[in-house]
Parts: sequence; C-alpha cells; structure tokens
Amino acid sequence: MFFAREHVMNPYRIALILPFLAIPLHAEDVTQFRGPNGLGISKETNLPLTWSATDNIRWKAELPGRGLANPVIADGRVYVTATGAYQQKRQIVLCFDLKTGRKLWERQVWATGGTQCHPKTNMAAPTPITDGRHVYALFATGDLVCYDKAGDLVWYRSLVGDYPTVGNNVGMAASPTLHEDTLLISLENAGESFLAGIDKRTGENRWRVQRPRDINWVSPLVIQNQGKAEVVVQGSDGMTAYDPANGEKKWNAPKLRSGTYASPTYADGVVYAPSDKFTALRPSAGEPEVLWQQIKLRPNYCSPIVHQGLVYIVNGNGIVNCASAKSGEILWTHRLDGPFAASPLLGDGKLYLVNEKGVGTVLAAGDQLKVLATNMLDDTILATPVASDGAIFFRSDAAIYCIGEKKK
Amino acid sequence: MRSMMIQAILCGIFLSAGVADGVAQDTGPLLQRIKSVGKEGAGNIEAAKAWKDLVAQGPTVLPDVLGAMDDASPTAINWLRAAVEAIQDKASAQGQKVSADKLESFIKETRHAGKSRRLAYECLVRLDPSTPERLLPKLLDDPSSELRRDAVAVKLERGLKGTFATSAARTEFLKDLLQHARDRDQVNSISDELKKLGVEIDLTAHYGFVTRWLLVGPFDNSRGVGFSNVYPPEKGVDPKASYAGKAGETVRWRDHTTARPLGLVDLNEVVGKLHGTVVYGYTAVTSESERPIELRAASNNAVRIWLNGKEIYFREEYHHGMEIDQHVGKGILKAGRNEILIKVCQNEQTDSWAQQWSFQLRICDALGAAVPVVNVTEKVK
Repeated sequence: MFFAREHVMNPYRIALILPFLAIPLHAEDVTQFRGPNGLGISKETNLPLTWSATDNIRWKAELPGRGLANPVIADGRVYVTATGAYQQKRQIVLCFDLKTGRKLWERQVWATGGTQCHPKTNMAAPTPITDGRHVYALFATGDLVCYDKAGDLVWYRSLVGDYPTVGNNVGMAASPTLHEDTLLISLENAGESFLAGIDKRTGENRWRVQRPRDINWVSPLVIQNQGKAEVVVQGSDGMTAYDPANGEKKWNAPKLRSGTYASPTYADGVVYAPSDKFTALRPSAGEPEVLWQQIKLRPNYCSPIVHQGLVYIVNGNGIVNCASAKSGEILWTHRLDGPFAASPLLGDGKLYLVNEKGVGTVLAAGDQLKVLATNMLDDTILATPVASDGAIFFRSDAAIYCIGEKKK
Repeated sequence: MRSMMIQAILCGIFLSAGVADGVAQDTGPLLQRIKSVGKEGAGNIEAAKAWKDLVAQGPTVLPDVLGAMDDASPTAINWLRAAVEAIQDKASAQGQKVSADKLESFIKETRHAGKSRRLAYECLVRLDPSTPERLLPKLLDDPSSELRRDAVAVKLERGLKGTFATSAARTEFLKDLLQHARDRDQVNSISDELKKLGVEIDLTAHYGFVTRWLLVGPFDNSRGVGFSNVYPPEKGVDPKASYAGKAGETVRWRDHTTARPLGLVDLNEVVGKLHGTVVYGYTAVTSESERPIELRAASNNAVRIWLNGKEIYFREEYHHGMEIDQHVGKGILKAGRNEILIKVCQNEQTDSWAQQWSFQLRICDALGAAVPVVNVTEKVK
C-alpha cells in the first residue's frame, strides 16, 4: 500500500522552512548512526591509539540513563540520547559542547508508547540524526522529536499516538536516516509496520508504505543507483529499495531477508547485506545482481564496514574477519574477547572495536592483521563509537567519553 | 531577485525569533494551537509558531503552560513540556525571576494533572534544592505516580538507614509504607524487608491478581487465525455451555483456581502443551461502587481482554517477553457484578523459547493499587 500527501503552503510554513536552508556540514561531523552516510567510516586523522579510564580522556560527562545510540555531532555540538526514570518513562536528548563536554541543554519527553523490552536494549536504542541545525531523535517508544541546536522544540510526534499498535515487547532500534529534507523512519514491529518519509521541517508525513509486520532492528540506508538516490531497507521480505522522495518501490531482492540485527552498508556501487549469508549485490534498474555470498561473514549485532576494497566484520562473539570486497574471500581472522554489540569504526587507518565490557581494541586497517593496541574503559559499552575533532567518542551505559588529547 | 531573497531571509529570521520585544500575547490562543496538534503531524506548523511565541513571553506564563497540560493529549503534553523546559532555561540564562511560590502553589493543587504537577516540582527543585525535603513527606498519597514514588523512595531510604526502638516498630513502619507504595520495585523491596522480619505479604492479593477463573478451550489458532476469529465465548459467557473445539471435540468451561504466585495461570499445565490454539479465561467480580479501573495482564502470547462485554485491550504479539502489567486495558467497573474475559492465543512456533502459554491478570486503579472486589465466579460442576 502506498500513501502520498500533497504539500499545502501557508505563511507559518514559510517561517518554518527558512531556518532549514542547508548549511555546509564540517567533514568531521557525525550526522547519524555509524557516522556520515551510515557507513562506519571517519575521515578524521590523528585519532588516539591508547586510552584508559584515567588516560587520554579529553572529557567525560555523566548521563542520566542508558542508551544504545551513538552520539551525533555537528557544528560544535554533541547530541546524546538516553532513557530514564522508572520503567524508562522518560526519553531524553542532551547536548554537550564538543570541545569541553559542558552540558548545553537537556530535554525530555514522557513516553507515549510501551517501554517493555529485552534487558539488553532500551528505549534510547535508535541513533538520532542531525543536519547541523537540528537534531531529530526517535525513541523505541515511538516518540519522535526535532529540536534546534539551541534546544528549542521544532516539532514532536507520538508515532504510537498516530498508529496505536506500533511496538514490540523486545524493543525497537532502527535508526532514522535523512535524504535532502526527508527524514526516513523504518518501524517494523509486532504491530502496524511501515517505512515513512517525513518532512524534516514540520514532522508531517510525505509518504508512508506498509512493511512486513515483524521484528526488525535494521536501519535504512540511502544509496545511489543509476544516478538516483534510493533508500534500502532489509526485512523479512528481503531487501527492498524505495524512492526517498515519494516512497515508490524500485526493486526487491526477496531472498535477502534480514536474519540479524546488523544493517547493510554500501561502497563503490555495491550493497553489502547481512543476511542468512552475507551478500554483496549490485543494484540495477531491475532485480539486483548478486556478486558473491559468504556465510562465514555473517554478523550478529554489529554492522559491517567496507573500505578501500576490504570488508570488516565482527560477530557477537568477537570473531573479526577481513575479506575481499570483490570476492568475499576471507583474508584474515582474529578472535577478540566478546561479547560485542557495538559496530566497529574505521578512521585514520585504524579499526576500532569495543566489546560490551569496555575493552577497546585497535587494529590496523588493511589486508594484514596487526593489533595496534588494547585499551580498557571499565564500563559497559553497547553503542557504536564515532570520531570527530580528533577524538573517539564512546557512549557507555552511564557516560559519554571523549577520548583524545586535551585541547588547549 | 537577490534583494527579494535577502528580504525573505530577514523576514524568516524575524518570524523565527518570535514575538517583537515587549509585546505580550494572550496565552490562551497560543496554548490552544499547541493543544490542537493532531495525528501525523497535523497542526504542527501552527503549533511550532505558537510555541515560539509562548516561550518568548518568559516565565510569567509558566502557570498557564502547566495548567494547559491538565486536559492536553499525550502528544500536546510533550509539546508543552518542551515549552516549560525552554522557558526555565532561558529565564535562568537571562537572569529572569521564576516564581517559586507559584510553582509550589501549583504542585499543591491536586486538581491539576499528575504530569503537570510533577513538571512543576522538577522546575521548583532547580530553583530550590530543599524542595524534596520540604514537600515529599506530604506526598506519600499523592495522585501523581511520580511524586508519590519519590516520596516513598525517600521515606524508605531513611527508614532502612535509621534505627527503630523495636522490631515491631520497624515492622509497623514498613507495613504503613507498603500502603503508600504503588510501583512494583518499591512494593517488592518493602515486602522483602518485611520478610526479613518474619512478615509475609500476600503479594498476589496485594496487587489484586485474579486467582479464580473458568477456562474453556482449545479453539483453533492455526496460522494465527484464532486471534481474529470470534468464538462463542466472545458473544456471551454461559458457564453451562459447551462448544465445538479446535478438532471438533466438545469443550466446556472448567473451574480453575491458581495457587501460583501472582495469579499465574499456566495453560500448558492446565489445558495441555498445545500449539495453534486459543483458550478463554472468564471471571466475575462484584464492586461496591462504580469506578474507573485498569485490567493489567501479562502473557507471552497474543491476548484480547473484555470487560462487561466490551473489548478494552488487544495485542497480537507472541513470545517477546512476559512482564507484569505489560498489557493494560482501561474501563469502568460497575457497581455490582462485572464480567472479565481474556483470550489467550498460543501460536505454532517450535523454538524452545516459544513454548510458554500462560497469563496473569489483576484489577487495579490507574496508580496500580488493587481495587476492592469480591470474586463471585460460579463453580461449574
């Protein structure tokens, strides 16, 4: 089923649109889940190699509750989400100064949807997204909110208020993404399931398409196919691409069902999809071409990275594999102590992996295995690390760490 | 063209900045526009403008904003909450006075909604850190679950750290506190402390779990069809009736009184380890007065719940976890006899973790306190 909506211009809308005129984002910004474009790759340089609970911590800020979302960073601000209060009834967005870690503001909403979930996850599991002027935060309660960078509310929606059966008792985690001025939300769950394109300026639906009613934690990914943008989602019906402007279905690969929590990635015109078998496929005008499949590369929670012809994957138990992006041939394998929930980060020629106990391992990126460092933060870390301003940011259950040399 | 663009940008900056300096607006229309936000973002554009104008008026409008939350939708409440937070932050940054007296007066007026009073309390705590010390001891019976929770938490913490002249005094303290607690973690903590003193609390009764049922089934739920299929019990319960079951066999209502903690009814034990099936549970209670209630159930299976023939809750979800109070249906208990029906559907999953087929149901008020009822469920011979 396909829904469309006509725009209606009014004076208030003009006032709302003007602040959303695009500003250029710094190359170091971390705009969404797994960083720029959602690929887990940072262009930062001089990233730290070693750290501990007392060493090389530029700043640390306590947080009021748990969260699995990675911090997002833009225009000198670090946005973090958290869930707190009894039964996770409060959904929280915090803003910190990038340089100093000083808290600039904190905003809360009361949960309007169910808060039951598996103890591993929580209501602040989806990662927010920023366009530099605003932060858009989706919580697993179905609360969706937009604040400007000063913490002023721009709009708020209760997606459970709109669609009352949305939710699942295990928890939801798919992170939103952005294409131009359309916020793309994937809510596949035990109730009403859909992919929606939402006007980021007003919070109104632009379009909404039905998706399979099934638990799905995979985040949507924007790719380019034949020179046009597509948003790719992977669910129990396979992998499907839609036009992000209007929700029109472009293609479907029914055999590529999501079998894990990990999200697909994209490089050099190829989509790399965690599935029953890890699959590299090249989208085209029709059904995509499957290039190769490799069952040994199948991840659990952690989404893969593809960079300079190599695929990097860590599974939940700590098995790290590096494979050829061209063929899927495994080039090296290394075992770390697990368990792992955070996806890896690649930056400055290094691969950063952090397990749930806070042990951070740094490997050299490349086709030869080389362990560069092993570091310990005595804290529980399930969120994916990100990099900005020459630092690595870790979000633990209780705090956000900015790892790097102190700024003068 | 370029000058028009510049003018448009300046206009946008002005409009975005909100009200011109010093020009106050009647908050009524602004609040109404915010409270009018509807489904799928309807009204967001107007609400956003009103929000900016409202916040620009500063802390003098806080009581109005808090009061507007009393009858606002859950969506509008969060819009208004953001306004209160922004107003207080800006006032703090600009050195503007926020009236602590007015906030305290608002908190003390229990006619206001729990959320708005709680937000006023949080604002007051920011201004006056002595607020919890002053106010919480008087809020043990507060209609706001969040304020009550903090009040119980502080008293419990002090009680546990303090010393009592006798064991009996400690027991009395804890028993009294148990009457005020509503959140399960607090109830359980107090109950555990009483257990150490040799006092067992019947938590099944304390929470209001139903233990006497009539059960009938199995009906067909192959491929999940049973969740939507209307089987005869949904049209009216006659304890003497018999029906055609899943395999065409005759099924009849049977008595079941559970002795399991917290009223757990294990259908695998009582009916059998079946798949693709539906069982109904029926109970009847009398109430001395009419009152709003919640029927709170727990189940790892798909459920539907009716109160006096009216469906008040449904959830079609299987094996994603079972937690007390996970399903909440709201209704009105009549004075006199009331009938409760629950439909519990087991699917056909074969995974080892997907075999649970059970339910628990309690009758309570909106804060979670058991409602006094008498179970009058007929016995079936």
